[in-house]
Amino acid sequence: MGLLSRKDAKLISDPLADNNPITIQVLGICSALAITAELKASIVMAVSVLFVMGVGNVVISLIRNIIPSKIRIIVQLTVVAALVIIVDQVLKAFAYELSKTLSVFVGLIITNCIIMGRFEAFALGNGLWRSFLDGIGNALGYGVILIIVGFFRELLGAGTLLGYKVLGDPIEKTGVYAFGYENNGFMLLAPMALIVVGIIIWVQRSRNKALIEDE
Amino acid sequence: MEHIELFFKSIFIDNMVFATFLGMCSYLAVSKKVSTAVGLGAAVIFVLAVTVPVNWLLDQYILQPGALKWLGTEYADFDLSFLSFIMFIATIATMVQLVEIIVEKFAPGLYNSLGIFLPLIAVNCAILGGSLFMQSREIPSIDLAFNYGVSSGIGWFLAILAIAAIREKIRYSKVPGPLRGLGITFIITGLMAIGFMSFGGMLTGGDDEAKAKEEVKTAEAPRKANENKLVTNTTSINE
Repeated sequence: MGLLSRKDAKLISDPLADNNPITIQVLGICSALAITAELKASIVMAVSVLFVMGVGNVVISLIRNIIPSKIRIIVQLTVVAALVIIVDQVLKAFAYELSKTLSVFVGLIITNCIIMGRFEAFALGNGLWRSFLDGIGNALGYGVILIIVGFFRELLGAGTLLGYKVLGDPIEKTGVYAFGYENNGFMLLAPMALIVVGIIIWVQRSRNKALIEDE
Repeated sequence: MEHIELFFKSIFIDNMVFATFLGMCSYLAVSKKVSTAVGLGAAVIFVLAVTVPVNWLLDQYILQPGALKWLGTEYADFDLSFLSFIMFIATIATMVQLVEIIVEKFAPGLYNSLGIFLPLIAVNCAILGGSLFMQSREIPSIDLAFNYGVSSGIGWFLAILAIAAIREKIRYSKVPGPLRGLGITFIITGLMAIGFMSFGGMLTGGDDEAKAKEEVKTAEAPRKANENKLVTNTTSINE
């Protein structure tokens, strides 16, 4: 890659697979599960986190030498809260319906452990450009899982993707419904999100044996 | 009655972990041993019981549209609700710090058992989630807000206690390699959440339609009378 050195590229590619924030680092689970019943909500959430992570990491990296370490948690929370307010206001202005679906979970980006975790682990000790890449990489890793979970839950649960009836109409019995296929409404309920993430972890760790935990 | 209803509703039906997935990070990270899980759970109850009423006051007298009326009529049409995230998280961070200092001073024993968990709690989504849900559900009075804080804390406590106990036992079972640790914990939590969904039936307690259905059922199938008695029992508890 011309733009990025190999070390920098690793900052983005690592969180996408072998150091994924959700399945490996166990960060940011809360919001990942609650809003994934629809693909659209998952994508919006992923984009919001991408924005907050990217900008937040840059800001923290810029002020990392002037924050007294005793109050750094409060400083970090304030920075994230300010960014999340921006996201929330933008969503309310341009996608009001969606902001109703996401309800409190936009606010909960503040306490999303990925953000605090990356601030603590990376932005406080690294320069601006690398922090920015790290933020983007981790947010993408988070977004990928969110979109996978949202995809399967919406497809199997409602037979739609982004609101389009890709599997045909369940009432008029077109598409696959003509062959007696039924939607599994259970996929839309909260517990299935956990089980889908569990299965993603299973698949990922069977492909890469190094990630298996020993008791 | 309002209090009892809210109490059971927030523990079982709207359980923080199983219904809204709040506080999952610490739920997964600190549930390896029952003793630490109890410590964190107790700290969460404690902090929720303090922060939810405080944030209720903030919301009522500063943040809501028109809440600044007490300052004078010219402030009556102010709407500061966009500031609520930053206000809530600041309150939580300060309260956690305060609670830590007070507990350290007056109850050193408690401090030694809760101590290490208290700073962690400032960034626990369950705490902020408690305040945000309190705001979005428009809980009407401060004592109900206190009740909501305590009871949703207890719900979280129950959840982490249960998963920690299960994880202690699961060490002795043969779990497929890739699922070991995190994967199986997710799936067990999913199954527990399915179990907790059955408490949702408590919600229909005051519902007239459900009651009417119940009466029809009793008339149709006398052998199911026992089950229905159980249902009516829970109904009367709810009311």
